[in-house]
Formats: sequence, C-alpha cells, structure tokens
Amino acid sequence: MLELIDITKVSGAQTHIHPTNLVLERGSLNVLLGPTLSGKTTLLRLMAGLEKPTTGEVRFDGKNVAGVSVQNRNVAMVYQQFINYPSMTVYDNIASPLKVAGEKRDVIDREVKKVAELMRLTPFLQRLPLSLSGGQQQRTALARAIVKKAGLVLLDEPLANLDYKLREEMREELPKIFAASGSIFVYATTEPSEALLLGGNTATLHEGRVSQFGKTISVYRHPHDLITASTFADPPLNTVAAIKRGEQFALVDWDSGAEGQQPARTLPVPRQLAGIADGPVTLAIQPHHLSLSAPFAGAPHLAVTTQISEIAGSESFIHVRHGKSRWVMLSHGVRDLDPSLDIDVFVDTRHLMAFGEDGRSLASRASATTRQDG
Amino acid sequence: MARINLEHIRHAYGMRPTSPHDYALREVNHEWNDGGAYALLGPSGCGKTTLLNIISGLVRPSEGRILFNGQDVTQLSTEERNIAQVFQFPVVYDTMTVYDNLAFPLRNRHVPEDQVDKRVREILGMLELTDRAQKKARGLTADLKQKISLGRGLVRADVNAILFDEPLTVIDPHMKWVLRSQLKSLHRQSAFTMVYVTHDQTEALTFADKVVVMYDGQIVQIGTPAELFEKPKHTFVGYFIGSPGMNVFPVKVDGSQAHVGGMHIDLGYAPKIKDGQKAELGIRPEFMEISRTGFPLSIRKVEDIGRLKIVRADFAGQAVSIVVKEEAEIPADPHVVFRPEGVNIYADSWRVGREA
Repeated sequence: MLELIDITKVSGAQTHIHPTNLVLERGSLNVLLGPTLSGKTTLLRLMAGLEKPTTGEVRFDGKNVAGVSVQNRNVAMVYQQFINYPSMTVYDNIASPLKVAGEKRDVIDREVKKVAELMRLTPFLQRLPLSLSGGQQQRTALARAIVKKAGLVLLDEPLANLDYKLREEMREELPKIFAASGSIFVYATTEPSEALLLGGNTATLHEGRVSQFGKTISVYRHPHDLITASTFADPPLNTVAAIKRGEQFALVDWDSGAEGQQPARTLPVPRQLAGIADGPVTLAIQPHHLSLSAPFAGAPHLAVTTQISEIAGSESFIHVRHGKSRWVMLSHGVRDLDPSLDIDVFVDTRHLMAFGEDGRSLASRASATTRQDG
Repeated sequence: MARINLEHIRHAYGMRPTSPHDYALREVNHEWNDGGAYALLGPSGCGKTTLLNIISGLVRPSEGRILFNGQDVTQLSTEERNIAQVFQFPVVYDTMTVYDNLAFPLRNRHVPEDQVDKRVREILGMLELTDRAQKKARGLTADLKQKISLGRGLVRADVNAILFDEPLTVIDPHMKWVLRSQLKSLHRQSAFTMVYVTHDQTEALTFADKVVVMYDGQIVQIGTPAELFEKPKHTFVGYFIGSPGMNVFPVKVDGSQAHVGGMHIDLGYAPKIKDGQKAELGIRPEFMEISRTGFPLSIRKVEDIGRLKIVRADFAGQAVSIVVKEEAEIPADPHVVFRPEGVNIYADSWRVGREA
C-alpha cells in the first residue's frame, strides 16, 4: 500500500503540489488524469522518491520512504520517451534489473521469457531496440519495469509517443498485464478517453490539486465538482450559467455575466436536481447528451447557431453557439450541418449536472442513484 | 493556391530498388484539387511523411513528376514552390511579440507594412489572439506557441499550399478541440489547398474533405470520412479507422450467403470471389446489434468507457467487439443481428462490392 499523507511540494514562490492525501492499494491501477503542468509528473516523482515532499510523508507498506535510497525503494518507472539500452538485445534489456539484483541465470531466463511472452516480444528477443518499431521499443521498456516485480510501477504518459492505433492496442493489453502482476500501478495521462479505457481508479488533477479520487467510471459519472467534470470531459464539457427559480433554470448569458439581465431561455429542473436551493448555478452537460432528436418524450430544446461540423466516421461533432457560450454536440452518424444555421438541440436533462458558486456539485449522492433509473 | 498533380511518383531511399518492397512510397498517381483539405493518414512507416516531403520539395522522388497548376516543379526547392509549412513542434521567435512573429513571413518577403498590418490583424482575429498581440512569445504555453505557428503558416495569402505535419501532437486534448475547429473554419474562410499528415484518425477525419489512407508505401483508399467508415476498401482501412476497428473474420462465400462456424449470413448479393482468394467478412462494431433474436453470442466482457460500452464477445468461434450505447441493456441470453448496410466482403483483403 502506498500512502501520501498531507504531502505538498513547494519550490520558491511556486506551489507545485497542494496538500494531497492518497491511498493506493496493492494490485491496483491508478490513473493520474490532468492537462500538462497539472502536477502529474511531480506527483510521480514524489511517489518514486526522486523528489522529497516539502511537507508530509510518503509511506510504502506503512514505512516512511524518506531517506531510503532510490535503488532500495522497489520502484520501476516508464517514461514517454522509449528508454532502453541501445547496445543490448531486447533479452538483455529485459534481464538487466534481474542481473543487477543478482538473480540466478535460470531464474532470469524463465522470467524474461515469461514477460516477453506477455508483452508479445518473444520473436524480437535477439534484436537491438533501435531496430524495432516504437510500440515494440516501448513494450521492451514496459517489460523491464514489470520483470523487476517492483511494488510500485510508475508510468508517465507511456503511450504518448506511439501511433494512435498502437495506443489503442496497448490500452487493451495493459490492464490485463497490470492485473497479472500484483504491483501498484500509477499511470499519468492527459487523455480522458485513455483513463476510461484503462479503468481502475482515477485521480483528476488540476493546478497541483487532486480534485477527486475514486473508481474511474464513478469519477466520470459523478464528479464532485466542476473542475473534475471538465478535466474528465472529451469533447469538452458544455457549461452555461443559470439561476434556479422553483421548477425552472433560467439560463444567463455566460460571457456577459451581467446582473439582472433578462434571461431569455429556460430548462425545467430535472428530478436529480429537484432538491437544490434557488439561486445562481452553473449547469453542465456532456456533448453526447445534446442531440438533434428528442432523447425522451417532452425533452426540452434550445435554439443554437451552428459553427462547424466535424465528421469522425461513426459520429459527428457539431460545434454550436448558445448565446455567447460555445458548445459541442456529439451526434451519431454523419451529420454535416452548414455553419450559421439556426437549429434546435435537445437537452437530455436526465444527465444535466449543476454546480454551485463554489464549483461543488449540487446533486446529492442519493439523486445520482435515481438518475440511473430516471 | 494550386491544384497539385502527383504523376507516377515512386520513391526509394536506397540506391537500387529491385522489388516493390524497396520503395518507401510505391506508386502514387493523384490529383489534389485546388482549395481542398486533405489528410494523409496512416501508421509510422507507411510513407505519409515521404509523400509530404515530396510535395514540399524536401525530398526528390526517385521516379515521377509533381505539378503545381500544370507546371512541373519536381526539381524546384521548397522556397521556389512557394509553400507554407507547420510542423509538430512550434517554430516561433521567443524574443518577438506575437504580432511580429505573425508578420515575419510577410516582412521577409517585403510585403508593404500596411498590408502586413491588415493581414496580421485578420489572423490575430481568427485565432483569437488579438489581446495578446503585443506580448512576447517567450513564456507562452506550448498550446499558444503552436497556435502562433499555425498563424504563421496561414498568414501569407499567396502560397500554393499549406502543409501540416502532425501539428496537434503536442497539444493537450481540450486545446486540440479548439485548434481543430479553428483550423477547419480557417479553411472554409480561405481558399488554401491544405495537406495534413497525421496518425490520428479523429484529426484526419474531422479536418479533411478527403482522407488519403496509406499503408505499407501505398495509398489504400481515398475517400470522405463517411466512405472510409461505411465502405472500407481494404481491411486495413477497416482496422485503422474506428475504435475499436472493424471486426474481420474468414468466411466461406456461397452465392449470396457467407458461412462461418455453422452460421449463414445473407449478403443480399453474390460477391465474386476467385478460386484461391481469401474470403473475409468485415463488420464494424457499430453495425452489430445485441438483441434477443439473431445469431447466438457469447459475451466475455463488457467495458464501460463512459458514453459507450464495448462488448467483447465470441460469435461463431470468432472474437468480435460490439459497441453499444451508454444506457443499453444486455439481455441474459444475448444474440446478435448484423445490420446489412454494415456488412462488407473482402477477397484477399480488398473489398468486393455489389458493383464488382
């Protein structure tokens, strides 16, 4: 078990990591999800012991790791760049941590072959890394991290330099490989879809703070705050300022933000948000919960103006303006709408989210449950 | 702006190519329309960067000619071809302001200052950088720097074409959405011929009017995003485009039926498969519907990826992936229906259509 207890990282006037508490269980896969400079790499380096926290403690199986040398920490790390020993064969690359640990030759041979099979590297064991494709090189680096049987394996955007399609294949394989090894895996990425494909747990990071940590799918479905919801949305989350008055949300032009401006449009308050107090809120809806046809009988719609349609094969992304807000709607099939059309989009209010002025979600956990059968 | 013709272009990096496999680029014979938006899509090593470099003049093809508006430019340098390029990493001058960075390609060509100002202001407006015009480029985020690079590529009105070499690779996902749609708007507003190289299907499909899919040194299909999705000409296109890619499995074609593992799938036409050719059926995960009737299906795993679920299953002894919507319920005794418009038959990996 890896515990981060009230750790911070400050250098000079800059706070890289705000007070953070995390507990990662043995055998778990944990994704750190956030944009560039949100603190993912710093957090990984703190976990690895490559950097000391300014305050707080990092404990591994209950023991404070401060002062333990990196070599004795039982950590493996994989980086975005494919790092292998260029003059060694793939076999020797994978074997190197076992040799350093003084393992017997037959043990090394058995373990290398086992991991090579898992990583589909068996045909390449006698090749030099640079003669391999990027995917094979990165699999070699991963194999070396896994063969070590380190208690903690840290991966810093390991697929970022790979081709799109290779990433897709690796994402499918990695969770199986992780599950088989029993180590704690921590995987940093900027891509929400990658977190969702990997599963496990996710910590969303924003400006050096962990905004939420939990099962990946439940962080995605039930974000506690607007920052988490935005960090986890791809395409970006659609938001609009509104004022709740009884049974209605009156939408306010987001950019102008003018007090007392006459709200032009409304949405009915859906069941999962019925309990919240009247007053200003930020409403948010995922792109796939906006549509060109009604998702249920009587679903409300809003007038918007089209900007650009992007067709991505099975689905289309339609960029629209609502007042001064820009939204993206994700539509099934090929929808090539001309720019500057006035159209109605339906809002699947069963999935409407509302956040207070402090950014906290206004939907209670109980209503989150009713949303699923509502 | 220009129409670009590639005439029987072949390229080998080695000196004496003997077999087709010695060519990084096998045969390319194609016309790019004036003002079109094209994407070159394919995995590493497919030849897409070689082709881009041949268009830009960085590489002279071993064979063939390249024409701009009918004029042979094969022997001309990049500069003589009058082409703008945007690369994977931002190329900006840190000590210059955003404005001066954008003005640079124009001033370099001695464009009168009043015209420079007009054009730079236009680009600043399009990219929504007007309020940062007088800021130094140093200290800007990678996203903003790449935005300036895009602006520099677009600022000259007299270029024959703009070439983009994976310009969004280093950009965070959220900013990608913004830059991509801006680029698309810019293409609509201008009449530039644009060629965009990427390995990312979403970027290629959303940017281009026509996507050129490359594999192993050759163009395997040129089509609209919808064509590539619905009727992949080659099983590679089916695999490479779409997530997950197309399900492809061997079948025995008998008249207008395909047989696999004791199941019979009606095709509605009789594809011509020659003796000795490998027959396969391809169907995208989006065109398989899980229901209570149809062919029996055994489900191995359901992956909840948020707005969709990916069902990994066995159909007639073949591993298949099926995509279902977020709310979809999966029956206890699952079956699968093939939507006929999504069924494609392949002979030796090439599609055999109704028309063939």
